[in-house]
Amino acid sequence: MKIPALPDLTKPMVFFLGLMPFALMVVDALNDSLGPEPIETLQFRTGDWALRFLLATLACTPLKLLLHWNAQMRFRRMLGLFAFFYASVHCLVYLALDLSLSWQQIVDEVPQSPHVIIGLVAFVLLVPLALTSTQSMARRLGRRWKKLHWLIYPAGCLGILHFFLLVKTDIREPLFYGSLLSLLFGIRIAHWIRQRRRTDRSIPASGSLPSTRP
Amino acid sequence: MLIRTKKRNPESEITDPALFKKRRQIIKASAAAMVASLNLPVIPSAQAASRVKIAKFTRGSPYSLQQSPTDYEDITRYNNFYEFGTGKEDPAHNAQSFKTRPWTIRIEGEVEKPAVVGIEDLISGQALEERVYRLRCVEAWSMVIPWIGFPLASLLRRARPTSRARYVQFTTLYDPEQMPGQRIPTLQWPYVEGLRIDEAMHPLTILALGLYGELLPNQNGAPLRLVIPWKYGFKSIKSIVKIRLTEQMPPTSWNLAAPNEYGFYANVNPDVSHPRWSQKRERVIGGGLFNPKRETELFNGYTDEVGKMYRDMDLRRFF
Repeated sequence: MKIPALPDLTKPMVFFLGLMPFALMVVDALNDSLGPEPIETLQFRTGDWALRFLLATLACTPLKLLLHWNAQMRFRRMLGLFAFFYASVHCLVYLALDLSLSWQQIVDEVPQSPHVIIGLVAFVLLVPLALTSTQSMARRLGRRWKKLHWLIYPAGCLGILHFFLLVKTDIREPLFYGSLLSLLFGIRIAHWIRQRRRTDRSIPASGSLPSTRP
Repeated sequence: MLIRTKKRNPESEITDPALFKKRRQIIKASAAAMVASLNLPVIPSAQAASRVKIAKFTRGSPYSLQQSPTDYEDITRYNNFYEFGTGKEDPAHNAQSFKTRPWTIRIEGEVEKPAVVGIEDLISGQALEERVYRLRCVEAWSMVIPWIGFPLASLLRRARPTSRARYVQFTTLYDPEQMPGQRIPTLQWPYVEGLRIDEAMHPLTILALGLYGELLPNQNGAPLRLVIPWKYGFKSIKSIVKIRLTEQMPPTSWNLAAPNEYGFYANVNPDVSHPRWSQKRERVIGGGLFNPKRETELFNGYTDEVGKMYRDMDLRRFF
């Protein structure tokens, strides 16, 4: 007798887990337990989670390359969309709560704050990625989709830079996130170099390529 | 959807602080009874983390703001005191077991009477008063704090500064065993700060040993800290062990860490931005989630009192 397969609940579970940090923020806001400076607390928490999800998204491929895992690839799009979600809330908290949606304050403060400008650029880079994240968009864009989604790399770098510019002297946290990002990039670069060597070697000696290469 | 936030009492509904403190006095009657046996204005704390009332001080200083202070919980939970960690709530956690007794303060340099004084001796004979001041942090937030203390000038005069005394340098305790933040090079330890002699002698400049009628909680700079209300908070050095009068301008910690960002003067000034953020406005702590910023005032609102000291100075250059 065949046991009917249970519905695969891993995706809804990852979705539920991804929403947890936001749910906790809402609960804390309702209970007035965000600390003496609740606006700052929300800014830090949404910013942290945007960076964490961005790094998680960028970790999918290196995990496949290094450990030959494939399971995480199913969640990559969702992780990326969560990064965009938390980055959006982060921006919203800044504009609506920190600057009280005051045009005067935006004009006074944004140009004076390099970390805000860098953060905004990083966010703007994520917008087209979120908009083209559907399967139909990926199909429609074809090869250009991959080119466009390469933007996640500069967005990640700018996100880390945004963090570095924000702290006063304690750079440990941005350094931690920055090291993780460098590690993930390092794995990709190492893989890319190895693959190039392999293709180089596979070129026959009598090939038509110029023989200037060592 | 409405988000429930802590409701702020309108000015009219706020309990008169004198009444509020009286109530607390009754509650703490047993502690007060113990105090009565000691002939000191300050009661040494038996337990570092316990709250100890200051027995005698005057209220109603003409220098006090006519404003209700920030909540005690906010003042004692949102602190920049890197010796106990760089997170705002780190000092409240990590300073609990900090020992503030016995404590000595060395007064030296360009003075006729250098001395090493125990904290109790240093305080006894000083008329303690409450000063309700606004504290404006360089990070663009502010609080209103009811300090208890005495003018720095009255301590300096006792030491008889020489004619060569043009600056005053202050040093925080260096004790990485007790101050875990000092094991990390976020700043050069120990923390040092400095003032020009006229700034140090100004009647607004006080040494504080308490707030809200009680001895300073450790995270607020116990047992003795400086308070200079017209300058950014980092000038108001905490847990002082040394006061040195000098002829040369002394080095200061944040200036050493980032000379282009933090100057020696660090006067509150909405027109001189920090290189990485505007100083035009400040968030008043305690206003909940929907709390628009307040316009920052030149010299933190103390221009009438201190403006003349900087009359001929270019405040952009000497930031």
